[in-house]
Amino acid sequence: MKKLSVDVVVIGGGATGAGVVRDVAMRGYSVAILDKADLGQGTTGRYHGLLHSGGRYVVSDPHSATECAEENEVVRRIQAHAVEDTGGLFVVTPDDDLDYSNGFAAAAAAAQVPCEELTIREALRREPRLNPGIKRAFAVRDASVDGWQLVWGAANDAKRHGAHILTYHRVTGMEVVDGSVRQVTAIDEKRGEEVQIDCNFVLNCAGPWAGQIAGMAGCEEVEVVPGRGIMIAMNHRLVNSVVNRCIYPADGDILVPVHTVSIIGTTDVKATDPDQLAIPRDEVQQMLDAGEALVPGFREARAVHAWSGARPLFKDPKVSASDTRHMTRGMKILEHDTRDGVNGILSIIGGKLTTYRLMAEHMVDIMEEKLGNQNECKTAEEIIPGNEDRKTYAVTHRLEEREHDRFEDQIICECELMSRGMITQLMTEQPTASFDDLRRQLRLGMGPCQGGFCSMRATGIAVEEQMVDVERSTELMRLFLKNRWIGLWPILNGDQVRQTALDNWIFHGTFDIEHLPQSEEEAL
Amino acid sequence: MTSHEVVQQGESHEHNTLARASLDNCVKCTICETQCPVSRVTPLFTGPKFVGPQAERFRNGESVDKSLDYCSSCGICTQACPQGVKIAEINTVARAVMKEDHMPVRDRLIVQTTLMGRFMTPFAPVANMALKNKPVRKIMQAVVGVAEDAPMPPAQMQSFEGWLKRRPRPKTQPTREPIVFFHGCAGGYFEVETSKKTVEVLEHLGYEVLVPKQGCCGLAQQSNGLFAGARRSVNALVDALLSAGKGLTIVSSSGSCTGMLKHEAHEILGMDDPRLMEVGSRIRETSEFLLELLDEGILTPDMLSPIEATIPYHQPCQVKSQAMGTPAVTVMEAIPGVKVVESGQPCCGIAGTYGLKKEKYEIAKAVGQPVFDMVKETNPDLGTCDTETCRWQIQKHSGVRMVHPVELLHQSLGLSNDLKV
Repeated sequence: MKKLSVDVVVIGGGATGAGVVRDVAMRGYSVAILDKADLGQGTTGRYHGLLHSGGRYVVSDPHSATECAEENEVVRRIQAHAVEDTGGLFVVTPDDDLDYSNGFAAAAAAAQVPCEELTIREALRREPRLNPGIKRAFAVRDASVDGWQLVWGAANDAKRHGAHILTYHRVTGMEVVDGSVRQVTAIDEKRGEEVQIDCNFVLNCAGPWAGQIAGMAGCEEVEVVPGRGIMIAMNHRLVNSVVNRCIYPADGDILVPVHTVSIIGTTDVKATDPDQLAIPRDEVQQMLDAGEALVPGFREARAVHAWSGARPLFKDPKVSASDTRHMTRGMKILEHDTRDGVNGILSIIGGKLTTYRLMAEHMVDIMEEKLGNQNECKTAEEIIPGNEDRKTYAVTHRLEEREHDRFEDQIICECELMSRGMITQLMTEQPTASFDDLRRQLRLGMGPCQGGFCSMRATGIAVEEQMVDVERSTELMRLFLKNRWIGLWPILNGDQVRQTALDNWIFHGTFDIEHLPQSEEEAL
Repeated sequence: MTSHEVVQQGESHEHNTLARASLDNCVKCTICETQCPVSRVTPLFTGPKFVGPQAERFRNGESVDKSLDYCSSCGICTQACPQGVKIAEINTVARAVMKEDHMPVRDRLIVQTTLMGRFMTPFAPVANMALKNKPVRKIMQAVVGVAEDAPMPPAQMQSFEGWLKRRPRPKTQPTREPIVFFHGCAGGYFEVETSKKTVEVLEHLGYEVLVPKQGCCGLAQQSNGLFAGARRSVNALVDALLSAGKGLTIVSSSGSCTGMLKHEAHEILGMDDPRLMEVGSRIRETSEFLLELLDEGILTPDMLSPIEATIPYHQPCQVKSQAMGTPAVTVMEAIPGVKVVESGQPCCGIAGTYGLKKEKYEIAKAVGQPVFDMVKETNPDLGTCDTETCRWQIQKHSGVRMVHPVELLHQSLGLSNDLKV
């Protein structure tokens, strides 16, 4: 058993938790963050990649819109490398009426969201594949952001301030002594070891799982409704700026260029279990139709992967529980001392990735108030190390890097231009990482072949670098391919079928993957 | 959107979505990489799969991978791809983006093929001397980057147009419909002999050959990334060729220029003007047309006197990409006694203007080496090939005289007797 003693335990390694642990550490507390899986593996890693300009909420939720506009600038400043300054458009497609757009510019001005109406000609010049029948277009400061880089950036900064980053630590219980949370117990899943962490305060940032966590401290049913949404990544950038439909928030109203792909999203359906999120066929069709409205020919383009994420929405008694879209998206912080009579724990529910830093600031402020402390929050001013040059990311970066090291380094993932140097470095830093853990940080296997050509190379390298033995490497490769398959199956059509057939011949026909030596334990 | 608007849009920014969209078909099988003649000889080029469907996903109107310029645009990758990815086309468009801002003077100069020919013809002896003069070529290499040993077109004493004007009128009246001859820049100024003989063969077979005043097809501009100029050239040429009459067949002995009008201007420059489509569907490479005449019984074996020779033949990459088989082989072998041996090689290396550039000269030579060896071994006196720059390249490096296949037919028809066979 491993024992640890810290001031604060943060539970949940998504964007919110990462923002919170950074803030707590920067205010001088000793802190540990726990996640049952990898950082950014839940909701944070399963969204469309938008850094909101605020434009989406100017009519429905002006307060959120203003916060988004402000935090958008903050994130660009402190974490430039995670952000691509794509710019965004709000367009009225031929299928939409003009009512919503008539109030759009005024609402944006009122919410202090920068917005400029474009001529149709100018909008089509910027995005030539856009539906030529669009009726109006507005430019906003939308950007795309890599959720995993954002989370790892914040977490690594927290680490520099002394924080413990404990991934694959599943919380199993909390000990409440005299009405106060005093200890968190967890299982280190990769080592199969129990961990006890003494603490003075718990910050519950578990998103859709926050209700389960709060329950462990004896706090009465915290109702978090997972609002399930699916997204589909298309093989290349059909647009180079974010394209939103200028309508009241609805399904399939956004297309985001993120790295090499463009992502269409999303749906919104009440789910029961955040660990069991379906990708229903009809929703896939619905997304492809939505894409067609924005970019004619969208259905003929190649879909490479689909996934499903759960928004953590706090159940507001004012609206019906089945209508998740209209629950508040503003976040809610639950003070369990007054609410449930349990001291030393706060839960945060809801919010948006764009405002992750601000949400953290609010939560840590409340914690400090309870603790009778008043340290200054510096998260908006201090640039996260590595981003000092304040240069935002561009999709061309990796191509440029490979241009320079093409004679020295091998390319392992051809689709995403990930080099051998990149993967061996991360394997050294994170020796227990699964290939999916590496994927989230390096984009291994995220391109059109979905691991068909790179996963066996990564496996070979892992063995060569003595990171794993042969049995575990086989298990890791199988697990990786199995997880890729989850997102392939629902969109299998056209070009992706041919790819999958070729990949299948390689893995079954050439490698006989089903009959490779097996390890006793399940890989994680 | 009308075709005119598409061209306008293309002019403003080199983003031909036609080629880009085809990257979706790539399954990464790597067949293109195994067939690329440039990758075979140099590590400087990252290969067709890399620069084509892979790198294109990382491009966003910006150019960061200058090494793509090592692609020779031979198009073998596109032909080899079993999935229909327009690999070479993607790359040519990317090169145009790369060169939008900083076009080397040299690449602007060597694409001015018409201008060069017009300038050189009146001064042919001087020009030829200058091009053979080492110090002059060294200066050319240093100043404009044309390799000092690069094969250069022989300037002629008389242009094709000059010959056409001055020659005696054909003795016999045409017995068949009029057809249009497209001579191309090289055929107009440098490979005048090929043009003359093509016209004479066609007239011998009874056709009235019309030669409207015409300019360049823009291929050299296109492969050097000068798309706007290339589109202007295509438009002017299409108008010129159509001016000869409605619904006429167009014949050309410039293999690569024919391909430009057949498909490249559409696939790479994104042009879909109906006039271009009209010309593209009516144009035939000379051997392709002669094969049709063989099939129709207009050209018959009894017209052909025997030539006892084994003839090496290299089909250029840009003729391969026209997907018409190897009509030149069938036509030459229709001559009694002729045995044709094909090079079986993807490319001679020159790929238009690629091998003229000093940084690519050695690569181009290495690419073409198997062709040079094969030609020399098969027949040290005579070889055949359908395009001009390829003939210059093969002739320069093998020392074997290279002619268009039509010249062999010309001799077999009894119209000349200057081939040493």
